[in-house]
Amino acid sequence: MESNELDKAVSGEYALGFEIDIETDVAPPGLDEKTIAFISKKKNEPEWMLELRLKAFAKWKTMEEPHWGKLDYTPIDYQSISYFAAPKQAPESLDEVDPKIIEAYKKLGIPLEEQKQLQGIAVDAVVDSVSVTTTYSEELSKHGVIFCSISDAIRDYPELVKKYMFSVVPMNDNYFATLNSAVFTDGTFVFIPKGVRCPMELSTYFRINALNTGQFERTLIIAEEGSYVSYNEGCSAPTRDEHQLHAAVVELVTMKDAEIKYSTIQNWYPGDEDGKGGIYNFVTKRGLCQGDNSKISWTQVETGSAITWKYPSCVLKGDNSVGEFYSVAVTTLAQQADTGTKMIHLGKNTSSTIISKGISAMKGQNTYRGLVKIGANASNARNYSECDSLLIGSNCGAHTFPYLESKDTMGQVEHEATTSKISDEQLFYLRQRGINEEDAVSMIVHGFCKQVFSQLPMEYAVEAKALLELTLEGSVG
Amino acid sequence: MITLDIQNLEAKIGDKKILNGLNLQLEAGKVHAIMGPNGAGKSTLSKAIVGHYDMTILGGDIYYKGKSIIEMEAEERALEGIFLSFQHPVEIPGVNNAYFLRTALNAKRKHEGKEELNAAEFLRLMKGHLEELGMKADMISRSLNEGFSGGEKKRNEILQMLILEPDVIILDEIDSGLDIDALRAVSEGINKMKDGKRSFLVITHYSRILDYIEPDYIHVLKDGQIVKTAGPELVAQLEEEGYDGIIVNE
Repeated sequence: MESNELDKAVSGEYALGFEIDIETDVAPPGLDEKTIAFISKKKNEPEWMLELRLKAFAKWKTMEEPHWGKLDYTPIDYQSISYFAAPKQAPESLDEVDPKIIEAYKKLGIPLEEQKQLQGIAVDAVVDSVSVTTTYSEELSKHGVIFCSISDAIRDYPELVKKYMFSVVPMNDNYFATLNSAVFTDGTFVFIPKGVRCPMELSTYFRINALNTGQFERTLIIAEEGSYVSYNEGCSAPTRDEHQLHAAVVELVTMKDAEIKYSTIQNWYPGDEDGKGGIYNFVTKRGLCQGDNSKISWTQVETGSAITWKYPSCVLKGDNSVGEFYSVAVTTLAQQADTGTKMIHLGKNTSSTIISKGISAMKGQNTYRGLVKIGANASNARNYSECDSLLIGSNCGAHTFPYLESKDTMGQVEHEATTSKISDEQLFYLRQRGINEEDAVSMIVHGFCKQVFSQLPMEYAVEAKALLELTLEGSVG
Repeated sequence: MITLDIQNLEAKIGDKKILNGLNLQLEAGKVHAIMGPNGAGKSTLSKAIVGHYDMTILGGDIYYKGKSIIEMEAEERALEGIFLSFQHPVEIPGVNNAYFLRTALNAKRKHEGKEELNAAEFLRLMKGHLEELGMKADMISRSLNEGFSGGEKKRNEILQMLILEPDVIILDEIDSGLDIDALRAVSEGINKMKDGKRSFLVITHYSRILDYIEPDYIHVLKDGQIVKTAGPELVAQLEEEGYDGIIVNE
């Protein structure tokens, strides 16, 4: 097959590149103590939060941007970014949310009016630096579930925030996490009390809208003993020629017998085929299985961003705790992804599963980087890792860096890795049965991702499939 | 009536010219067997008919139901009713066999202006054929050819043929790697499709399959040309004298 024909088949248009035409309050570019005080003030934060932010900022100034990832990008000028942008109108309730925002969310497939929503899904809608609305909060509070923006949580639940924020991802964890600790703006806070199975799917939809701003979201989810929650996040951004920085931190904590299922569909603007524009996505996500028999499961479908640097991890501290990582990462155009996970086994009989599927097309570069670490007291720890790469065309690349550190010799670690090309034979087989080329590529790719998609909640699995199609297929001929 | 008419076909794969002015006509309702030594161009002929990407056609033409098809895409030829049972069916991980087959059948039905089958209707159809072929019900949910034994792969090809109901059926070494039970099941499936309208092109190295599927014509292919055409009696002669004997006798 002609390679440019294949390229055409895999350079889907970015469909969410529109801009929401609203008036925005934007802080002038630049980062210093004043910027941080400005953010803290805009958010009506208590003094202790500002102090923590300033502490993080002082630390950040002494750190260096890491460059161990297999990523090639123009250096980020942190002084040229604006660190706060918010729709001008501050809504008190959904009735006051700018209709243009509601319209934009509808366009993204997320109606914010509760009666119009998919049954059983609560949404936190974040535009640039602020959460504009959170649905079903009242309904959820009847079950003792707290679902609100992190800004609200800092004001309304300071004890919980003080106890858990920075407990999984320390303030000085890494360059981007520390930057986030200083300048984070909004994100979601979830608390599931003891014994409660959260009655609906929780979700946050992040939208970058303003020009030249960074988005620094921070999410914290706590599942008390015996509780369960399934949380999903989605994201998108307008089509722009400039790169925009997104540096998020997500912390999860599960107590004894609790479970958090965290799913991401990441569709930030990927830039064009020459690498112009696109989001720089530097994210730290980590879950702590604090209690025995607890479980954290990460599922991610990464189709967007020009640069992705992201390793959702599990610290398996409780005995018999379980960590899972299911990932589909797609790099097409000139996208680069360096993603994977860390499974840190500390407790006895802990087990982890890693299923990573990388798909590269056009000039896309896809790297899996994963660490399985088995501590001295983690007797009988088990890990199963499977990393598969699929190449479409001949200008793309796939790389796999699995690391293993084991202090326990009884543990069981299995690693399998494959790299395959969508072969001309596979395509031809399907075409000989009357299936056109575009459908044939999509069928092969979906087959490749099946193990991961089957982990997503139903509605999101459908969305992920459609998104993958859009990203990879576009129009043939 | 002629279904497929190959005229003076010249074709190459890479730099190697393999078909050198090949002529062949398939008749409706007839079974044509192509036999020939290794490297004679048997598989190349089947590739040329279905529009395989390896092929470069240098001259001649192929007519299907009176229309030239050499400019047609592979999927168009398939939709028009040309089917190849592959010698080595490729594995496609994660793609559900039933989903694949329904997609293929509905593409064809759409092409023919017929209504598409829903999942329940399709499953009923598929289950019926599975039983006939002595195939297990798990063929519905398994991934396309993934981890299939040689026999399962070939039966799955015949299953596709039965479901898609093509008009020109090319069977490339359908008997290779089959045990006697599988061979019988596969042959029964093929014989069921003989309805006086379809043409079969059975490409084979050995005559064993021809004990099960009775051919109407035997064509001997050598050096990219059909060098002899005769009735089924030629099989016995080939067995005795080999290809060299037959060709020298010409």
